[in-house]
Amino acid sequence: MLSMADIRSHVFKIQRYSLHDGPGIRTTLFFQGCPLACAWCHNPESQAMGLGASARETVPAIEALVETLVREIEKDLIFYDDSNGGVTFSGGEPLSCPELLFPLLDACRERQIHTCLDTSGFAPFKILKPAATKADLVLFDIKILAPLDHQAATGKPVGLVLENLKQLSRLGVDLKLRFPLVPTMTDTRENITGIIEFLTRETLYRDIHILPFHNTGAGKYERLNMKNKATHIRPPTKEQVEAVRQRFEASGFKTKIGG
Amino acid sequence: MNQRVAQLRTKSLAKKVTLSHERAELVTQFYKTRVSPDQSVPVQRALCLAHLLTHKQIFIDDNELIVGERGPFPKAVPTYPEVCLHSLEDLEILDSRPRVAYGVSLETKQVYAQTIIPFWKGKTIREKIFSAMETSWKDAFSAGIFTEFQEQRSPGHTAGGDLIYTNGFGDLKARIQAAVDRLDFFEDPRALDRQEVLNSLDIAADALIAFANRHADALEELAENEAVPKRKQELKDLAKICRKVPEHRPDTFHEALQYYWFLHVGVITELNPWDAYNPGRLDQNLYPFYKQDIAAGRLTREKARELLCCFWIKFHNHPAPPKVGVTAKESNTYVDFCLINLGGVTEDNKDGVNDLTYLILDVIEEMRLLQPSTMVQVSKKNPDRFVRRALKIIATGFGQPSVFNTDAIVQEMLLQGKSVEDARKAGASGCVEAGAFGREAYILTGYFNLPKILEITLNNGWDPRTQKQIGPRTGDPLGFDTYDRLFEAYVCQVAHFVAIKMRGSNIIEQINARYMPVPLLSLVTEDCIQKGKDYNQGGARYNTSYIQGVGMGTITDCLSAIKYTVYEQKSLSMETLLAALATNFEQEDRVLHTLVAAPKYGNDDDDADGVLQDVFSAYHKAVTGKPNARGGVYRINLLPTTCHVYFGEITGALPDGRKSGIPFSEGISPVQGADHCGPTAVLKSAAKIDHLKTGGTLLNQKFLPQFLETDQGITALVHLIRSYFKMDGHHIQFNVVDGKTLRKAQENPEQYRDLIVRVAGYSDYFVDLTSALQEEIILRTAHDPF
Repeated sequence: MLSMADIRSHVFKIQRYSLHDGPGIRTTLFFQGCPLACAWCHNPESQAMGLGASARETVPAIEALVETLVREIEKDLIFYDDSNGGVTFSGGEPLSCPELLFPLLDACRERQIHTCLDTSGFAPFKILKPAATKADLVLFDIKILAPLDHQAATGKPVGLVLENLKQLSRLGVDLKLRFPLVPTMTDTRENITGIIEFLTRETLYRDIHILPFHNTGAGKYERLNMKNKATHIRPPTKEQVEAVRQRFEASGFKTKIGG
Repeated sequence: MNQRVAQLRTKSLAKKVTLSHERAELVTQFYKTRVSPDQSVPVQRALCLAHLLTHKQIFIDDNELIVGERGPFPKAVPTYPEVCLHSLEDLEILDSRPRVAYGVSLETKQVYAQTIIPFWKGKTIREKIFSAMETSWKDAFSAGIFTEFQEQRSPGHTAGGDLIYTNGFGDLKARIQAAVDRLDFFEDPRALDRQEVLNSLDIAADALIAFANRHADALEELAENEAVPKRKQELKDLAKICRKVPEHRPDTFHEALQYYWFLHVGVITELNPWDAYNPGRLDQNLYPFYKQDIAAGRLTREKARELLCCFWIKFHNHPAPPKVGVTAKESNTYVDFCLINLGGVTEDNKDGVNDLTYLILDVIEEMRLLQPSTMVQVSKKNPDRFVRRALKIIATGFGQPSVFNTDAIVQEMLLQGKSVEDARKAGASGCVEAGAFGREAYILTGYFNLPKILEITLNNGWDPRTQKQIGPRTGDPLGFDTYDRLFEAYVCQVAHFVAIKMRGSNIIEQINARYMPVPLLSLVTEDCIQKGKDYNQGGARYNTSYIQGVGMGTITDCLSAIKYTVYEQKSLSMETLLAALATNFEQEDRVLHTLVAAPKYGNDDDDADGVLQDVFSAYHKAVTGKPNARGGVYRINLLPTTCHVYFGEITGALPDGRKSGIPFSEGISPVQGADHCGPTAVLKSAAKIDHLKTGGTLLNQKFLPQFLETDQGITALVHLIRSYFKMDGHHIQFNVVDGKTLRKAQENPEQYRDLIVRVAGYSDYFVDLTSALQEEIILRTAHDPF
C-alpha cells in the first residue's frame, strides 16, 4: 500500500461524490500531467508532466499504486450501484500515463465498475484506441477547430484531436462530446459553425455537453506562480450559454449544460 | 393558500408567546379544595384533568375549522406547577431573556407570588426527584455528565397510534367496563390498584368528551349570532362534529382531524410530557377517511388541503412549555417536537405512499411553519418520486421534512422484540426516536456526555471544573503503556456513570408511577386498559427507557488522536498532551498541529471509524438490556437537540484539539469541519455505527443551495439517501444554506427574521439560536456542487 502522498505524483486529486463527469455518483481520479496548456484551464496544477517518472519505470510501484487507487474507488461502490455511477479518469490527461490508466481500466472492468475516460483527445491513436475501447464511456473535448487558434489557445495542434475523433466514431465507441464555452475564445460564430459541420460530416456523435467557463481556478495560478492567460475572460452569461445551446440543438444535437 | 388560511397563519406567526397562569391556578384550586384523602392518586389526577377541562376558557378563533387551545388563547403557554414550579426569578428570566422568551404579565407574577408558589413549594415532582437522588447522581449532574429529562417535564415521548380512528371514547369506556368486570380480587392481589387506574381512565374519557361538548355549546352560540351565512353554517357543522367526537368514532376526514386535536390538547393539558403529543403516521391514519369522503363527494382535494392547513396552525399555536436552567440549555427552543410521519409501509408491508401523502407534502411546503415538525419515512418499497418531492421541499431551505429509513426502523423494532405489525406501524417521534406508535412508552431519560467522560478519565476520575472526584480512580494516564489500557479506563468510567444515571432514573420512574399517573394518555395507549395499568406504571405494550449519547464525533476524534499521536506515531507524549490540555492549548500550536494530523471520523477512514465502533459498542453494552422500573429495558439512541452546546460549555480542552467550552459534534455528524472527503465518505463512516441496535441516530448534512437547484442534483441526493439507507442508516437531514447567508444573518438579524435552519432533530429560526449554536452550524462542513 502507498500513502496518499505517494499517489499525489500521479493522481493529483481524488474526488468522491463527483456529479459532473459522467452519469450517476462517481469518483473522479484527476491524473497529473497534460500535454496541453489551455488558456482557460481551471486545474493548472495538473499540467506539469513527469512528476511520477520514477515510479513509472518500476512495475512494482505501479502495481502498488493501482491497488491503492482501486481501494479508493471501491469505497463508494454502494453509491455507484444505486445511481448507475462509477469511476471517471480525468486530469490532466489520463492518456499521458497509460502505464497507470490501463491497469486501472482493467481492474475496474474485472470488478464491473462503470468507467469513464475524460480526455482532451490529444494522444497517439495507439494509446487512445485501447483506452477508449476498455472504458464504458468516453468524454471527449472539442474546443477550437481553426488550427492556428487551437495552437494559440492550447499550445498544441488540433489535427490529431480531430483525426482521433473520426477514428473513434468509425469504431463505434460510446462517446459524449464536451465543449468548453469560453467567451471570445471558443464561442465565435465561425468556431461553433465549424464544430457542427465537422461533427455532422465526420462523426456520428450528436451528444454534446456545454461547459461554461468559470474562473474558480484564478487563485491557483497565483499560488503556483503561473501565468493566467484567462484573466480578461468573464464567465458567459445565461443568455450566452442559451444561445450556444440553441445553435447546437438547431443542428440536431442533444445538449446538456454542465457535465 | 386561501384567504382563511393566510389570515390564520399570519395571526399565528405574529402572536407573541406568553405564559399563562390559567392552568396553574386551576390545578392549585383543585388540589386546595377538591382533593380528598380517600381518593387514589390516579383518580385524583383524572379529576384534576376534569377540573381543568371543565373550567378552562374556551377559545374559538375567527374562521377556524379545527378548534381547541391549551391556553386561554393561541401561544399562551400554561405551566405545570405540580411537576416544576417556576420561581419569581424564573418568570423574570423567561420574560426578559433575549431568545426563546415567554412574556409574563404582572398579573401572572402576582398570582404566582400569592397563590401558586406558596401552595406548591416543596410538593413538586422536581423537588421529589432532587431530594431522592444520591450524592453521586447530583455530583455527576452538576458536572454535566448527564441531564435529566424528567426534572421539568413528565415522561412522554409518545406518538398516537391508530386506535382513535376506529374507536370513540364511548368504545374505550366499554373496554374499561369490560376490564373492570374481569377484575378478580382472588386471583389478582393487585386488582384494587387496577380498579383505581381503570376508574381514572374512565373519568378522563368523560372529561375530554365534556370538553368537546363545551366547544359545541360555544360554537352553537357563535352560530346563533353569526351574520355571514357561510360561516354560520360552518359553525353549526363544527358544533355537530364536537358533539360527535371524541365520544364516537369519526366517520369523516374533518371529524378525524378534530378528534385527534381534542386528544392532543387533552394530553398536553393533563401534563407536559416531553415532545408533547403526536399524530404519528398522519397520512396512513387519515387516508381511509380521505378516500371515502372523496368517493362519496363529501370532500374535495382543496377542502382537505384547507383543513390540513388549519390543523397545521393549531400545532403552531402551541409552543413548548417554558424550560429553565439546564433543561433550557439541552433543549432551548419553542419547538415541542411533534413530528408528523409520512410514507413508509402499511401494516401488510406495502408501499404506504398515497394521494394524501403528496397533499400533506404540499401543505408542508405551503405552510412553511416550524411546528409541527415533519418527516418522510423512506422504505425500499416507496417510489423515488416521493423522495424527490420531499427533497424539493428540503431544497427550499427550511430543514423539513427530515428523512428516515423505514426498513431500519422496522428492523430496530423487531430486534427489540416487537411484533411485525407493530413494527410496520411504528415511526420516529421527537427528533429521531423510533417507537411503536400508540403502543410504546419510550421515555427519554437524559443526554449522556461521552466526551466529558474522557476528560474525567484523563484526570483519574476527577472533574477539573467542579473540583470533585466524581468517577472511580481508573489510573493516572501517564501510567498507561498502551492505548488499550486507556480505553479500558474510559469504558470503566462510562459504565460507572451509566449506573449512576440508571439508579436515578429507576427512582424517577417510580416517583412518576406513584405520584403522577396520566389517565388520558393511558386511555389511548395500548394496552393500559387491558393491563389496568397507567402509562407511567408500565401499562403500555412496550416500555423502554433511553439514554441519549451525545458527541460521538468528538469522542471518536479525541480517542483517535491519542491513539495515533501518543501510542502509534509517538509524536506526542501523554505528558505533553495533558499539559497542553490543562492550559487549553495556550501557546501549544505544535501540539495542536500534531493532533490535527490524526485520523478523523467522517472520512471513511477505517482507523478513526474503528474507534467510533469501539466507543459505540462500549456505550451500547453499558446500557442496553438493563431492566427499568416499568417492566421494560434501557436502550441507547444518539441525538443531542441543543445539548452538544451545553455539554461543550462545561467540558475543558480535549485531545482532538477542541478548546474548552466549544460545542461538540452534533448527533452522529462529524466534528464541524473535520470531514473533507465529501458526503459519501461521511455516510460510509456514519454507517459503521450499528444503527439497528439503537432507537435512533441523527445525521445532519449541510449542502450549498446550488446542489439542489438542478434535477441532476436532486437525483444524486435521492441516490445518496437510498445508499445510506441500504447501509441501514437510520436518518439523515439536510441544511440547504450558504455560510455567507448565515454570516449576514448574524450581522443583520432583523433582515433575516425568516431564515430557518436545521439545528439537530428540528428546525428553528437562525436568529433565535444562541450565538454558540449559530457558530456551530456555520462551522459544519458544507458540501459544494463541484
